[in-house]
Amino acid sequence: MANFTKLSFKKGELNQKLADLFKGMMEKGVVDALLAPMIQPKRGVMLTLVTDPSHLGALDPFAPVVPVNGARIASSITAKPSGRKTAMVLRSCEIRALVELCKLKQANLDDVLLIGMDCLGRYENLDFVKLRAEGQSSEAFLEKALAGNTESGGCDVSGACKICEFPVPDNVDLRLCAIGTGAEAVYLESLTPKGDKALEAAGLNTGETPAGREAAVQQLVKKRKEACDAALAQYRESTPSIDALEDRVANCINCYNCRVACPVCYCKECVFVTDTFRHNGDQYMGWADTFGTLKMPTDTIFYHLTRMSHMSLFCVGCGQCTSACPNSIDLMPMFRAAAQKTQGRFDYQAGRSHDEKQPLTVFENDELVEVTGQVK
Amino acid sequence: MSEFEPKIVGFFCNWCTFTAADLAGTSRLSYPHNIKIIRMMCSGMVDPKYVIKAFLNGADGVLIGGCWPGDCHYINGNLKARRRVAMLTEILKEYGIDEKRFWLRWIAASEGTMLREVVNDMTAKLKELGPSPLNREALGEKSEKAKMIG
Ligand code: SF4
Ligand code: SF4
Ligand code: FES
Repeated sequence: MANFTKLSFKKGELNQKLADLFKGMMEKGVVDALLAPMIQPKRGVMLTLVTDPSHLGALDPFAPVVPVNGARIASSITAKPSGRKTAMVLRSCEIRALVELCKLKQANLDDVLLIGMDCLGRYENLDFVKLRAEGQSSEAFLEKALAGNTESGGCDVSGACKICEFPVPDNVDLRLCAIGTGAEAVYLESLTPKGDKALEAAGLNTGETPAGREAAVQQLVKKRKEACDAALAQYRESTPSIDALEDRVANCINCYNCRVACPVCYCKECVFVTDTFRHNGDQYMGWADTFGTLKMPTDTIFYHLTRMSHMSLFCVGCGQCTSACPNSIDLMPMFRAAAQKTQGRFDYQAGRSHDEKQPLTVFENDELVEVTGQVK
Repeated sequence: MSEFEPKIVGFFCNWCTFTAADLAGTSRLSYPHNIKIIRMMCSGMVDPKYVIKAFLNGADGVLIGGCWPGDCHYINGNLKARRRVAMLTEILKEYGIDEKRFWLRWIAASEGTMLREVVNDMTAKLKELGPSPLNREALGEKSEKAKMIG
């Protein structure tokens, strides 16, 4: 049974409406704290942890920007829990990564009321700052994006968002719905008993189901899936070999920003910054001797393939890797392509369910017989 | 032109396949010199990095040898290895490294004959396949084009 609360707002007052909603939740003790995107005093919008509801005037959840995948932030707050009830407003890519971090015991949702929001895409950070300076509001973005146009002032949302087939978040207690909800209204949908209780405690009545929503969501997902298939096919065609991969990452400087930005690169210390890769001088000389030359820094392809083998099973396609690269290397299709194959092999999907075990943490006696082709 | 001799890197479990290789030696069962064997404590200790590095350095094939299911000295390292091999195969295939170049086989300590068969078989299949696209030496690119892949 769907469980929707309609939140109507006057033009220009969406953020105010949402601020009132969360203010109410905090004042009624539904939660003690809120993690949500807020307008920053200097510029930009960032996830902000709020414990005093009087500051909620700066709230701006639908701002089309994700400076850091929020799964990382949620992990810092909950890995060693505070015991304080916290509502977190996050997008699908953040929530799917968070599900994987929970499985790795790097995050914990016991005290969290998870509120997922519909997402129509994010701009690159600097593009967003520029559009804001030119006066673009979140409401204006939503309106245009819902009509199918995300291009604005020569900027468009990230490539990852254009091929994301999860505009609507799952595995949440509450869902902030904007797709197919009609003009000047968003809906809050409850999906769990925790969500029901929160709505009830906040004094929100459920009723009306947004009529056009299901069809609108289906249509958008279909469009995104097609775009994803096309993008990955094009990637594979252009990068079928290690030689082509070398070409693709030719400007890589081994800064490792891509893995710092990646929400599911889970190692506490990356092996590529340990002594294993701090070689002796004569080692480098030896390699140089073999071929006559040696590109420095070394081990670039080795790094990218190793990263794939570590985290492609959990890649959620958020595109933060691409956004983080100082040399404009489009890493997202590289990792999504690998992810599609590795996750597909185990019929796994990153972030789909808390109950599915991560493929390399379990095994069966009788499985994958085709790997060795041997039966006793 | 001399026949192409594939280079195979073997990661062999100490308790089974490595012992089988030893047995093959002492029983004078000769097998091709194409394989360079690295002794591991368990097939479950073969980090995907080792395999990736071997291929990047031009190996034409990688063979991991482990104990039969149920016989691993660390209970289930071999079953974990099997999942990892399946995962890594998917990534290597994306970049043109054929799954026929990457084998996992169960070979018990007593199976010296099987060890010989597997190495013979793999060598023959790799000869058919030809050099790995990353074996730049065999592909005759040594002079100008060859660089360490990195
Ligand atoms: S590899 Fe890139 S797209 Fe995939 S989860 Fe990490 S940052 Fe996001
Ligand atoms: S962020 Fe870009 S330059 Fe830095 S390691 Fe990743 S791909 Fe290389
Ligand atoms: S001990 Fe031989 S495979 Fe584990």
